[in-house]
Amino acid sequence: MHEIPVSIEVNARERRALLEPRATLADFLREACGLTGTHLACEHGVCGACTVLLDGAAVRSCLIFAVQADGQSVTTVEGLTPEDGTLNRVQQAFWNNHGLQCGFCTPGFIVSVEALLRDNPHPSDEEIREGLSGNLCRCTGYQGIINAVREAAGN
Amino acid sequence: MKPAQFEYHAPTSTLEAVTLLKNHVDEAKVIAGGQSLVPMLALRIARFEHLIDLNRIEELRGIRLEGDTLVVGALTRQSSAEHSELVARHVPLLHRALPKIGHFQIRNRGTIGGSIAHADPASELPCVALCLGATMTLVGPNGSRTVDASDFFISIWQSSAEPDEILSHVAFPVATGTSGFAIEEFALRAGDFAIAGVSCAVTLDSDRRVARASIAFMGMGPTPLRAHEAESALVGTRADAVDCAATARLAVEATTPGDDVHASAAYRTRIAASLAATALRRALEEADNA
Ligand SMILES: Cc1cc2nc3c(=O)[nH]c(=O)nc-3n(C[C@H](O)[C@H](O)[C@H](O)COP(=O)(O)OP(=O)(O)OC[C@H]3O[C@@H](n4cnc5c(N)ncnc54)[C@H](O)[C@@H]3O)c2cc1C
Ligand code: FES
Ligand code: FES
Repeated sequence: MHEIPVSIEVNARERRALLEPRATLADFLREACGLTGTHLACEHGVCGACTVLLDGAAVRSCLIFAVQADGQSVTTVEGLTPEDGTLNRVQQAFWNNHGLQCGFCTPGFIVSVEALLRDNPHPSDEEIREGLSGNLCRCTGYQGIINAVREAAGN
Repeated sequence: MKPAQFEYHAPTSTLEAVTLLKNHVDEAKVIAGGQSLVPMLALRIARFEHLIDLNRIEELRGIRLEGDTLVVGALTRQSSAEHSELVARHVPLLHRALPKIGHFQIRNRGTIGGSIAHADPASELPCVALCLGATMTLVGPNGSRTVDASDFFISIWQSSAEPDEILSHVAFPVATGTSGFAIEEFALRAGDFAIAGVSCAVTLDSDRRVARASIAFMGMGPTPLRAHEAESALVGTRADAVDCAATARLAVEATTPGDDVHASAAYRTRIAASLAATALRRALEEADNA
């Protein structure tokens, strides 16, 4: 099956690749761009590990084909992190509150929480839980993650 | 797992999309938000030679008031409708149903038309469409036609749309007069598909008696289901004199739930009756206080 040229702005840098239409946005980010912070676990929309911002909106990058995002802009967890290697506010809050253990789910959580706090800077506990419901963690437990969001929100 | 190979098409008009669909019918599927289709492709439950992407068709997007209906373009994202003033003001039931769909990341991509075309009996939007008597406009090679919600949902994941037809928009009747609405559902976790759910719409006359009532269930059969008998029984009763629990028990008799790993049919029926009583009470109270 023939490949299609795709051009996507990733973390403020234009990236091009030649891809089969069935390559997902996550495949493009990980394989064509080498941005392996976007994790793939279930690859069918359930876990949220692959969450990225597409034109600013948090979405599952395993449920979008890269060809569909042609001409759009994507922010990955790498793009949310300071260049000097320090942690951003949300990442630091996860660190401080035992918001991660193995870390596999963490990039998806970080991206979702960035979107959540951008749209609602001081969410209630209920809104935090609701906002986290689309991301699964299989080892830390959610209390630390909820505490991390509270801290990042300054609640 | 990864989807099987397919050829990708990105038309920019409905006409172009319909032509593509007609030329590849049987081997082609349209993709909107992809939030149901891509998982099915990834799990290889479904496989198509051609995918026709609707996302670049501007004319399928948008929400506008047209007479006594609110017309929602099929490609309108669930999140845009959720935050739309027009939806909140004119179709409160839709406004309340939207946040119950999955998670915000799903609604950022999933579309109104995709959810209705997908015709999942456990989904919120088909239930709301049926409850309110929305109409679906389908565009095919021979022009367009409009189908009432009561004729649209045929079976699980099956609508009356032909394989070469595209859902272009959904028209929801706007709320008028003394009316009240409620949607209630029970799911194992926030964002999961409901084990059972129900939506309710009532309109009262000037004597505060029920003039019209609609009760629609989700997850209680192969399609969303209306409880016609219970609805008729409500008509003429004063809003504050309705026996909600008894009406709800009558309403669930119209359903045909199945057993699955999450719940037995009997359990579903008990949950649905309890949810229906709550939804009916809330809708009646809202109308009575309007
Ligand atoms: C984790 C998760 C949780 C979810 N939870 C819920 C939930 O609680 N409740 C719920 O209702 N849904 C839920 N969904 C499904 C979600 O709402 C989907 O967005 C929706 O069912 C399909 O809309 P879509 O735009 O994504 O359509 P797609 O996935 O692109 O398409 C679905 C089907 O509809 C057809 N189709 C789409 N648009 C059109 C059109 N305009 N004309 C003709 N055919 C069309 C496609 O060909 C395909 O067969 C969930 C999804 C995920 C991944
Ligand atoms: S990998 Fe995308 S949701 Fe699980
Ligand atoms: S930290 Fe291990 S899965 Fe979440």
